[in-house]
Amino acid sequence: MNQPLLQVNQLKKYFPITGGILARKIGEVKAVDDVSFSVHHGETLGLVGESGCGKSTTGRVLLRLLEATDGDILFEGQSITTLSSKQMKKLRKEMQLIFQDPYASLNPRHTVEKILEEPLIVHGIKDKQERKKRIREMLSVVGLDSYHASRYPHQFSGGQRQRIGIARGLMTHPKLIIADEPVSALDVSIQSQVLNLLKDLQHKFDLTYIFIAHDLGVVRHISDRVGVMYLGRLVELTASDALYDEPLHPYTKSLLSSVPIPDPNLPINDDELLTGEMPSPSNPPKGCAFHTRCKECMDMCKTTRPVFKEIKPNHYVACHLYNDEQAHS
Amino acid sequence: MSDSYSNPVLDIKGLRTSFYTDDGEIPAVDHIDIQIHKGEILGIVGESGCGKSVTSLSVMGLIPSPPGRIIGGNILFNGENLLDASEKRMRSIRGNEIAMIFQEPMTSLNPLFKIGNQLIEALRTHRKWSHATYKERAIEMLNLVGLPRAEELLHAYPHQLSGGMRQRVMIAMAMICDPKLLIADEPTTALDVTIQKQILRLMRKLNETMETSIMLITHDLGVVAEVCDRIAVMYAGKIVEQSDAKTIFADPKHPYTKGLLASVPDIRSKTNRLFSIPGNVPKPGSIKRGCRFAERCQYAMDHCFEQDPDLYSFNNGKHQVRCFLYEKEGESAHESTITSS
Repeated sequence: MNQPLLQVNQLKKYFPITGGILARKIGEVKAVDDVSFSVHHGETLGLVGESGCGKSTTGRVLLRLLEATDGDILFEGQSITTLSSKQMKKLRKEMQLIFQDPYASLNPRHTVEKILEEPLIVHGIKDKQERKKRIREMLSVVGLDSYHASRYPHQFSGGQRQRIGIARGLMTHPKLIIADEPVSALDVSIQSQVLNLLKDLQHKFDLTYIFIAHDLGVVRHISDRVGVMYLGRLVELTASDALYDEPLHPYTKSLLSSVPIPDPNLPINDDELLTGEMPSPSNPPKGCAFHTRCKECMDMCKTTRPVFKEIKPNHYVACHLYNDEQAHS
Repeated sequence: MSDSYSNPVLDIKGLRTSFYTDDGEIPAVDHIDIQIHKGEILGIVGESGCGKSVTSLSVMGLIPSPPGRIIGGNILFNGENLLDASEKRMRSIRGNEIAMIFQEPMTSLNPLFKIGNQLIEALRTHRKWSHATYKERAIEMLNLVGLPRAEELLHAYPHQLSGGMRQRVMIAMAMICDPKLLIADEPTTALDVTIQKQILRLMRKLNETMETSIMLITHDLGVVAEVCDRIAVMYAGKIVEQSDAKTIFADPKHPYTKGLLASVPDIRSKTNRLFSIPGNVPKPGSIKRGCRFAERCQYAMDHCFEQDPDLYSFNNGKHQVRCFLYEKEGESAHESTITSS
């Protein structure tokens, strides 16, 4: 099998909690706790989970906008966790981020041209004419007109701003795009335009996406494979259809059944309705992090952390239910 | 039911709310008619800037003035016109007979006061009871909305609660005076799906046990399908389609409603390409003439850009559509008389 574009091994990111007058470390928030996955060239990996599950932190650690506490990240076979900031800067050309809030992520004092030009200057394209040409091309690719280049962000609607954010991410012709909730601030009718655009761009530029979102419908639509996170851990990872049609982890099951479906004829089904709320990541439950809300909770779930392993071909789950020897005893 | 249908709890007729800015008059809500009956949940769906929140603020008499002003129509609450009511009368209605819950449970609670204090604030204003009775009622409400350890919670501060718990407190606060009408403006938008489901269940339960009518304002079609009896779809200050929930989803007529439904990625199946409505949501007041949706509509005809379509009705007026496509098919619905104030 060919080499994955991105390989993540046992990634951890702990944030210290400090207290007292000396600001000593008194605890830690395990935002990302032992997460492993790989992303193949040309595919879209969706990362879903509720707020505070660590999906955005994962995205940021992958780009080294945050330093990992432990674990390894391989981009095209090369470990990037130990690279110097100079080497990393070169590599960032290949991996770009698209942000959630198109209102906050564009500098209001810069014209669109300046916003789009910046990545080119940073990555050393010296010819001004060349830069202008690339900006014009990219604007038309994302569905804006060339006269938009001289305008300021406030003159655009939310959907258009997100197109500008996408254009900026694509300026350096990256291989990997990490999109952190790129459509969640948009209206439904605009959201579908942007999702279609992202799909078109993927074909056109041969892009690989890591798509971070909380909206499960959107993630199913765009992703080839989906990983579900809970309290900093991956609990299930498999092909999109398999995950949505036959979820294995109890958390995935309840998450999917919580999504309101636009069909009033469906019977009300509360079987999988989750009770309680997500525990604090600074003090996660022992054993399986989900056991406090799980209907299938067994004794061993309270003490032993389940291993994230392949249950079926390409279907990874971290749950004791699928632990053969234990389940039968 | 037939009796309650003749006397709606809330009857909005030809409501017009405009904002006056340096750029001139912006009609945020433009001639809308809405009725909510006893024990009914009406969903108002639309995208940002369509006027759904302005509608709810108009009912509450909370339109900031200036720049906003209600320039026409009537809002009848149990037969009483709220637009003619004095500020004193409005104060006795707000939080008592009509209550409201807002989107942001984080900012709607005062961080400096204990939960118990904030809960009984409405009671202290509207009911002259003893302190012990206030407390009893507060505990009863907290239990009703499914919060454990009610007694302790009364002494907690908002920051000690999670988002879902805060929204439950907000609901308890809104329901404490046993209102006839509850207006919920995007009550679950800031919450995670698993918590959203719990809150929607709770609202449905309160609606059934206390017979409270609910006006639910949201942009999420999944949410309306889950809880609403009837749905009104708003676009650029007008109601473009209104019917019972099942009909809206099974037989949408207005091109905007159809487009909106097709734009939502369905969790149950994978589609290769989503339908998308071209163009952008218009800025309020930017379209002066013709059907507000004409620019983005694939069925638009010449006169759509010139004239504003009437409401045409199907199924004995239960299903209303504002679109020229149905000029011949549907009967022209009776538009309420417009009174200017």
